[in-house]
Amino acid sequence: MTALDLKLLRDLWHMRGQVLAIAAVIAGGVATLVMSLSTYDSLLTTRDLFYSEYRFAQVFTTLKRAPESVAQRLKEIPGVERLETRVVAVVKLEVAGFNDPVTGMLSSLPDVGMPLLNTLHLKRGRWLTPYSGDEIIVSDTFADAHGLHPGDRIHAVIHGKRKALTLVGVALSPEYVYQIAPGAMFPDFKRYGVLWMGRHALAAAYDMDGAFNNVALTLTPGTDEQAVIRRLDTLLAPYGGVGAHGRKDQFSNRFLSEELKQLQTTATVFPSIFMGVAAFLLNVVVTRLIATQREQIAILKAFGYHHAAIGWHFVKLVMAIALLGVAAGTALGMWFGNGLAGVYMELYRFPYLEYVLEPPVIFIALAVTSAAALSGTLLAVGRAIRLPPAEGMRPETPVAYRATLLERLGLQRLCSQPTRMILRHIERRPLKSLLTVFGIACAGGLMMVGNYQRGAIDFMVDVQFKHAAREDLAVTFLEPTSGRALHELAQLPGVRHVEGFRDVAANLRFGHYHYRSAIYGIQPEGVLHRSLDSELRPVAVPAGGVVLTDHLANNILHVQPGDLLTVEVLEGRRQVLQVPVLGLTRQFLGVSAYMRQDTLNELLREGDVVSGAYLSHDPGVEQDLYDRLHGRPRVLGMVAHAAAIKSFYATLGEFVLFFNMVATALAATIAFGVVYNSARIALSERGRELASLRVLGFTHGEIAYILLGELGALTLAAIPVGFAVGAGLCGILVVVFASDLYRLPLVLEPYNFALGATVVAASAMVSGWLVWRQLGRLDLVGVLKTRE
Amino acid sequence: MGRGMAEPGWVFRAAGLTKIYRMGEVEVQALRGIDLELRRGELVVLLGPSGSGKSTLLNILGGLDTPTAGEVSYLERNLSTASETELTLFRRDHVGFVFQFYNLIPSLTARENVAAVTEIAKAPMKPEEALAMVGLGSRLDHFPAQLSGGEQQRVAIARAIAKNPAVLLCDEPTGALDSTTGIIVLEALEKVNRELGTLTVLITHNAGIADMADRVIRLSDGRIVEERHNTVKRVAHELSW
Ligand SMILES: Nc1ncnc2c1ncn2[C@@H]1O[C@H](COP(=O)(O)OP(=O)(O)OP(=O)(O)O)[C@@H](O)[C@H]1O
Ligand SMILES: [Mg+2]
Repeated sequence: MTALDLKLLRDLWHMRGQVLAIAAVIAGGVATLVMSLSTYDSLLTTRDLFYSEYRFAQVFTTLKRAPESVAQRLKEIPGVERLETRVVAVVKLEVAGFNDPVTGMLSSLPDVGMPLLNTLHLKRGRWLTPYSGDEIIVSDTFADAHGLHPGDRIHAVIHGKRKALTLVGVALSPEYVYQIAPGAMFPDFKRYGVLWMGRHALAAAYDMDGAFNNVALTLTPGTDEQAVIRRLDTLLAPYGGVGAHGRKDQFSNRFLSEELKQLQTTATVFPSIFMGVAAFLLNVVVTRLIATQREQIAILKAFGYHHAAIGWHFVKLVMAIALLGVAAGTALGMWFGNGLAGVYMELYRFPYLEYVLEPPVIFIALAVTSAAALSGTLLAVGRAIRLPPAEGMRPETPVAYRATLLERLGLQRLCSQPTRMILRHIERRPLKSLLTVFGIACAGGLMMVGNYQRGAIDFMVDVQFKHAAREDLAVTFLEPTSGRALHELAQLPGVRHVEGFRDVAANLRFGHYHYRSAIYGIQPEGVLHRSLDSELRPVAVPAGGVVLTDHLANNILHVQPGDLLTVEVLEGRRQVLQVPVLGLTRQFLGVSAYMRQDTLNELLREGDVVSGAYLSHDPGVEQDLYDRLHGRPRVLGMVAHAAAIKSFYATLGEFVLFFNMVATALAATIAFGVVYNSARIALSERGRELASLRVLGFTHGEIAYILLGELGALTLAAIPVGFAVGAGLCGILVVVFASDLYRLPLVLEPYNFALGATVVAASAMVSGWLVWRQLGRLDLVGVLKTRE
Repeated sequence: MGRGMAEPGWVFRAAGLTKIYRMGEVEVQALRGIDLELRRGELVVLLGPSGSGKSTLLNILGGLDTPTAGEVSYLERNLSTASETELTLFRRDHVGFVFQFYNLIPSLTARENVAAVTEIAKAPMKPEEALAMVGLGSRLDHFPAQLSGGEQQRVAIARAIAKNPAVLLCDEPTGALDSTTGIIVLEALEKVNRELGTLTVLITHNAGIADMADRVIRLSDGRIVEERHNTVKRVAHELSW
């Protein structure tokens, strides 16, 4: 080993505290990157594998009812590879010991053998016995939520008839990876279940003997999906077809894709910010670190070491630290990634998780880290090398201090001599002081990025459920019904207020943009369900047109108030309507198109018809009300909002919390690394000066004040700057995170600021304490004897 | 490199050497026109009061610094116009330095400090050998912080002579030493000078040491004010101070 390599190892050991702190900064950035990208890649790979292994269909359609003979004609559509007809029924479920309304999605399975498409992954229990009359398989989420096991019995109200069912298996399906009740905002595994039953038995109960109401198919490779969909729609139109759609619009897949897109954004933006900040800090730290080695560079130069050799020496030093950071970050990131993917697995039901860490991810981490480390190193080494060795070797010439601004203003009486030293030192190197402030500010800003989502989600949920959708309960009818049905609901004991709504599935089209959604006809003067203006104040929906969620109008359909929107109704007579856009509504959760109910009725050329109703009720009447509503044949399902919010926090909330916790921990690591490095480097830069002061009779406390006072002043200055940086970074997140599912509002709570400031201040205090201890061990004699 | 060729009579030649340090508005004129020739195998002592420009001159001769004006050549090599790389190679291949402030690398032991230089030299001696020559054979594995000032200075000298340089430039090599150790060190320098014909330039405040020189040059305020040849050159162990 050469003498220089020995020096390298010794230097690394000597600065081990700093090495660890710098490595921690890198590790924080790299871990975020590895965690996010590996989770994303894992989920994507797992999804694709699951889809292909369990033969997830490519085109889906529902209809009112068609005789089985029609199936043959559908199979003959060119491009259809496999096609399967099914009976699917939305039913009310009763689980013993659970009184809330439960909606079930009951699909048929072939009476004998496996389904051709959308096969199930059986987790527990067994398949249905051929032609069984009452056996069902249920989704694992529902089974887990209710603690159901093979052998248990539940009841379903199918087509108005109550039927006892025996659970024989628990399964997962590629069709229901993301399980959410139609009309609900969030998954609720207790109140929404997916079930499978033999075709024969279900058809008998649902009045679908020899008929089907649902079709799934796959395409031969290279087929034009749209062409098949058009043929399918034409063939099924006489049978009440509701418009076929591809995987893109398949409910579970669409949500899953949106979430994955969101995750991809997270996986790009978060690490970019973290890596960017870490790289910047690394660069600053390394630059200063090398600057403290200026004399040694001069010596090596005096001996005749080439610039390249000296540069290489320091590159190795810095890369050793960088590699340590990347390695630790990768390990940490994989660990967190596994944890995060586990949280996702709770939400998305995959039979297995295929954890993948793509090598390019580590490569990116290495490249970014190296670039930051190397540019800092080479810059600093270059600066030191440019100095003639004769100059580099002498103690840095006493720099030209000036009287500070404060003193020039004549306020020096306010400051003690040490305070003046602090101020002059800060003022002498304004750029360096600024960089330190900015570095610490970035670290504080990261803290805010790490934990701001929680508050934003609280705000989002608050706006949605306290201002926009204020109903306690949303009731859906089996079929569109006369508005008179509302009077009956209003008569129920405990019901305070009833508002009908009409919703209809529709494809919204403007130019070449389109979005498959629904039009909600609500009450113009409604007090329960309202649309909000840009200031989040409730506004009445005007007559004669449609009001769109701002995100839907601006970012999806690219339509403005005043434009004519094409609405292709997907139910009933399937009209194609031209409807003027009358305004925009602010909405953070989901996207919707609103009309007045009477306008929608008019456009659909129907009378006063409602699809369901929003209800508010007295507190405490829930159980009784649910029971009564349950008994009404017209009522198909109910969504209780309190339960929905709770289930939201239990699912999505859990993910956000996990992510926040990790991001906050990593941000805190980075913050500490930065602050500690700032303090430690200041110590090595000024160790001699301080030791000399000690020799002159200054106390430990006095020299600590000179050094730590500066750190304290810079940290204090950095905290408000950090607030600005944090707010800016959160602003970026808000913009890039906008999706159909939700748009996070930019709301920063006092605790966001408090946490950022606290972590920075705590890091400064711990660093200060560590440096204080080191000051106590300053080798006074050594300083006078050797020259570092 | 020059050795063995048809050589000029001098190894270093300086003409009108001027060095001005500029710090903001303040100008310090460290050298004010030095004319000088240093010959092969010579042992030259530089005397002069503090601040007279001795170190500055030595640094320029050694290629550590460049003059503000004037010319300086090492054999056929013009140092005042040489590039960074040429100066680096010049220092690496020809010059051994002893710095006024020792400038050891704190994280390397005595032996390793010497090795840092011998590793890149063409025909060096062993680090142990060089350290034995300055009487430090038993302190090989001590770090600079574990050595006394004089011991550090001797490591610096071992480091300079270990590569068998053609030119040895020493800035107060005995400044921190008592006379016994000082003489050991001077003997080592004398030996290198005599046996290898190494041109040796030695800065000292100690007029007694001047007696071992072939030539004594006295600087004052950046100028050469006196230059004398010793008719009788005393050997190091006869000196005392
Ligand atoms: N890097 C520098 N910047 C500014 N002035 C300098 C610098 N180096 C030397 N000087 C000045 O140049 C003059 C000559 O300095 P030099 O170090 O050559 O003196 P010296 O003769 O070696 O003194 P000493 O015996 O004290 O070492 C001094 O006045 C010194 O202050
Ligand atoms: Mg000097």
